[in-house]
Amino acid sequence: MNTSKLKVERRTAVLIAVMVALMLCLGLLGLCYGASWASPGEVFAVLTGADRSVVISDWRLPRVLAGLVFGAALGVAGAIFQNLTRNPMGSPDVIGLDAGAYTGALVAITVLSGTSAQLATGSVTGGLAVAAAIYLLAYQRGFSGLRLVVIGIAVNAMMTAVNSWIVLRAELEVAIAAVGWSAGSLNGVSWDDLTIPFALIAVLLILMTTRAHAMHQASLGDAVATATGVGLNRLRLLMVLVGVGCTATVTAVAGPIAFIALAAPQIGRRLAGAAGVPLLPAALTGAVLLQGADLLAQMLLAPVALPVGVVSTAIGGCYLIWLLTKEVRRA
Amino acid sequence: MTARLTARDITLRYGDRVVSTRLSLDVPDGAFTAIVGPNACGKSTLLRALVRLMRPEAGQVELDGRAVGDYAPKTLAKQLGFLPQDPLAPEDIKVRQLVSRGRFPHQSLLALWSPEDEEAVTEAMAAAGVEDLAGRPVQELSGGQRQRVWIAMVLAQRTPYLLLDEPTSFLDITHQYQLLGLLARLRDEGRTVIAVLHDINQACRFADHLVAMRDGRVVAEGVPGDIVDAALIKDVFDLPSVIVPDPVTGTPMIVPTLQGE
Repeated sequence: MNTSKLKVERRTAVLIAVMVALMLCLGLLGLCYGASWASPGEVFAVLTGADRSVVISDWRLPRVLAGLVFGAALGVAGAIFQNLTRNPMGSPDVIGLDAGAYTGALVAITVLSGTSAQLATGSVTGGLAVAAAIYLLAYQRGFSGLRLVVIGIAVNAMMTAVNSWIVLRAELEVAIAAVGWSAGSLNGVSWDDLTIPFALIAVLLILMTTRAHAMHQASLGDAVATATGVGLNRLRLLMVLVGVGCTATVTAVAGPIAFIALAAPQIGRRLAGAAGVPLLPAALTGAVLLQGADLLAQMLLAPVALPVGVVSTAIGGCYLIWLLTKEVRRA
Repeated sequence: MTARLTARDITLRYGDRVVSTRLSLDVPDGAFTAIVGPNACGKSTLLRALVRLMRPEAGQVELDGRAVGDYAPKTLAKQLGFLPQDPLAPEDIKVRQLVSRGRFPHQSLLALWSPEDEEAVTEAMAAAGVEDLAGRPVQELSGGQRQRVWIAMVLAQRTPYLLLDEPTSFLDITHQYQLLGLLARLRDEGRTVIAVLHDINQACRFADHLVAMRDGRVVAEGVPGDIVDAALIKDVFDLPSVIVPDPVTGTPMIVPTLQGE
């Protein structure tokens, strides 16, 4: 009688093992690959401290870690907003939170001096402002997920226009830098860019882990969730803060990387055979997707490295079209 | 009659629409209370207020003399189990997983799944007759099966109170009587049952305590055999009728005399 439960858990456990193995493989490949190929043996020697290589430890390693950690953060942010909106299209990149965070970051670069603290503050502020605006526009005595998504798509279009306008008015050097970054890119990230974002993401993910059980309970609808003891208001506030925090932190460093947050939670959910949109499969799938997409971005037109956002958009765009047709048919 | 759960002079409103003004109700302990009344008379709203899904504008709902809003969410959820009319099943959830969600108030970060949870879920599934469905996806079930699964989820919560909003809607007549029989059995086992019911004859047959509402007010309440007469049915439903004893149980049975226009 208990077998169904055990079977599901075993499937999730297998998925976790496979995903972690994939992350390690893609990570290793990322450390080996570059202008000159390093063998896995050389990479291990550098990682264990037996050998030294600036290319591997200071160029490739931060980039690989950023791919994995940011991918997980985007996957979690996507799962959070898909739970909040109860809609598979309700992810931060679709409803304009990435674009809003990017607006904040652009203001930090063009108006202020663009230090990493200003970038982070700017993008978090931008993300939160857009989240608040969507919430206010969509609120009509309680809120429906679909209305929120539709308004979010409109807000996304507006913020993208605002971003183009800011870039057009900026000085040439700033504009060129901003455009390269606007697709979402991990090109040239260094340790200096990553320490604070990694710490922030760790705090946010730990916070969310403590409330994951309540978030899954909330997928039973407001009435059942409240009646079984979920404090919905506090839970929702925390979910918005963690979701926007993760999205904005990634955007501050790498620009708006689209479609990872949209696709990872749904792919992870299907692979895990899990109910609702759970967090852990979303995080693992996000990490694998972003690291995989970044490797592709480096290899496709080598030696020119594409922004990873170009690859994720190309893959994710196809997924979005499929999702849209499915959703339209359902509605 | 003792009543741990009471509404004291509560005023309920949705936006501009006042549903009830200064409504009071004592829910008798250990009894099956049925709330009946015409559409939009405020019966579901009253139920939502009792389980603190709705906050009264004035007055308060109390459990053991303390406002329900003052309880920690999980503490209250160990007392009051509630099944709304339109619960949402997450995509791809299996029957046993859904029933397990009823254990939420008994779990914490450090005690995620205990043998007691296991036992409560198994027992609830047996009581609702859904053991055979354990591994089936909820979205593939029929309306009647799905309703029994949700009942099992609320039973797994193991609360002394069960509040249900029109639990028999979407069920065929056989399943309606089976469900009401299940609720009566749970009452016999010591739980307090409060259900909003559409069918007044079913309410008269199964309930110990009938609450008749209209326009947000309680028009009459008491043992069905004591309070139900043609005048009450006229007052509450605007329906001319004769009342005859139910041939099976002897409880009041309403036979409308209205024949079309």
